[in-house]
Amino acid sequence: MQYLLMIYQNEAEYAKIDTGTSQKMSAEYEAFTQSIIRNGNFKAGDRLRPTTTATTVRVRDGKMLTTDGPFAETREQLGGYYLIEAKDLDAAIEIAARIPSARVGSIEVRPIWVYDK
Amino acid sequence: MTPGEIDKIFRDEAGRALATLIRLVGDFDLAEDALQDAFAVALERWAACEVPDNPRAWLVNVARHKAIDRVRRQAIFRGKQQVLLHEIELNAQTVDEPATMLDDDMLRLIFTCCHPAFAPEVRVALTLRTVCGLSTTQVARAFLVGEEAMAQRLVRAKQKIRLAGIPYEVPERDTLAPRLDGVLAVIYLVFTEGYVATEGADLMRPDLAAEAIRLGRLLDRLMPDRGGIKGLLALMLLHDARRAGRETAAGDIVLLEEQDRMLWDRGQIEEGLRLVEDALRVPGRPQPYAVQAAIAALHARAPSFEQTDWRQIAGLYEVLLRISPSPVIELNHAAALSMVDGPARALDLVDAISARGGLRGYELLPAVRADLLRRMGRKDEACEAYHAATAATQLEPLRRLYARRVREMDN
Repeated sequence: MQYLLMIYQNEAEYAKIDTGTSQKMSAEYEAFTQSIIRNGNFKAGDRLRPTTTATTVRVRDGKMLTTDGPFAETREQLGGYYLIEAKDLDAAIEIAARIPSARVGSIEVRPIWVYDK
Repeated sequence: MTPGEIDKIFRDEAGRALATLIRLVGDFDLAEDALQDAFAVALERWAACEVPDNPRAWLVNVARHKAIDRVRRQAIFRGKQQVLLHEIELNAQTVDEPATMLDDDMLRLIFTCCHPAFAPEVRVALTLRTVCGLSTTQVARAFLVGEEAMAQRLVRAKQKIRLAGIPYEVPERDTLAPRLDGVLAVIYLVFTEGYVATEGADLMRPDLAAEAIRLGRLLDRLMPDRGGIKGLLALMLLHDARRAGRETAAGDIVLLEEQDRMLWDRGQIEEGLRLVEDALRVPGRPQPYAVQAAIAALHARAPSFEQTDWRQIAGLYEVLLRISPSPVIELNHAAALSMVDGPARALDLVDAISARGGLRGYELLPAVRADLLRRMGRKDEACEAYHAATAATQLEPLRRLYARRVREMDN
């Protein structure tokens, strides 16, 4: 099965961490990503720019509306994702728990909707 | 055979038959529907003639064919149909499996229903519905929620199993311990709701307590020599053994200190005591349920409330505080200590716990305070605490108990 692992973290707090911590985090992410590539779980993954760069788009009555900022104001913001292939939810949860941000933020694990051909 | 007798067989076999069917057909809903079909056939056939020697195998076999029929009828799955049919047929070659395989099916079902990806109330509902074979109506009644809401909850849970890929497996060795703790927590949740209901007119729901004990026995048989399981089963048996003494015919609470110990179920206490010893003998560090059961055992053994070994009970609570600390255990420890060192010392502890805010919203905190204040003769404060306790509970018999305490103090 495929799962999207969505990484939620408090941007404001993350912006405050010092360079050393941030470098350590990057190294941990690198190691984690390499490990899931090696195990064949990795499909895709990216880090997102902060929500200050976000634009939200809606179309209502044929008219497009754009707003500055994310879809919802929340305590933690979507900061990145991994798309993975895993045997089942237990395997996906096990991988999600190894994402470095799981220790400070939250990882939402969502199965990908696969359409039958 | 009468419909009543047939119903009993269904009730006994439903969980295990379903457990095997889910593995064979690979889908919760399909397995449940097919089993219902098989029950319908059985009801017709068994009423007229003999019940087969192995009703479960018969049910599984008939249900498997019904599942194949259902898949054939469901044209929407056309693409997957051949694959699924092939799988069911392939799996069927192993229907006459050794008993251990069938036991594993039951464990798979239990671990799936108690999966941490479900909210606790969903775990309990799924377990009662599928493992215990209660009807949706019965499960809804157990939680005092509407039948429709409960049906929805169960449908969503089963959808999640399928769509999110919750495995139908007993967890691997390295994750087994925490997952087993989760299963025990579900069983204990069912039991406590049966022992003291959260709300409503009745203090107890013996049917829920009985289901929890049944689950505990089942798990103990499937996974022998585990201190946590044996401890939990012992704890439930010992608590439940006091049932007849715990309320009056009118449904009023009889406190431990007032209970007629002749009404306690001695047979069940004996069984509980044996299990506590087994649980404590299992190597490794003591399991919290086993220690709680040891406390219950001291109560069960005591000839009277006054002659209870309170010192040892307080000591066991201290052990519990070391191995699984929680504000609730602290509160229980304080209550036990009040029987050794007096209510004043206990009140200090209780107030310290509540000052830390650890028990905010825990409804028994004001009740414990009230009881200590009453014993210290601080009437006004006790009354106030009883009023707080009354406001904190949704359970009618508890409200009547607090009202009685207030009346007794006025006299």
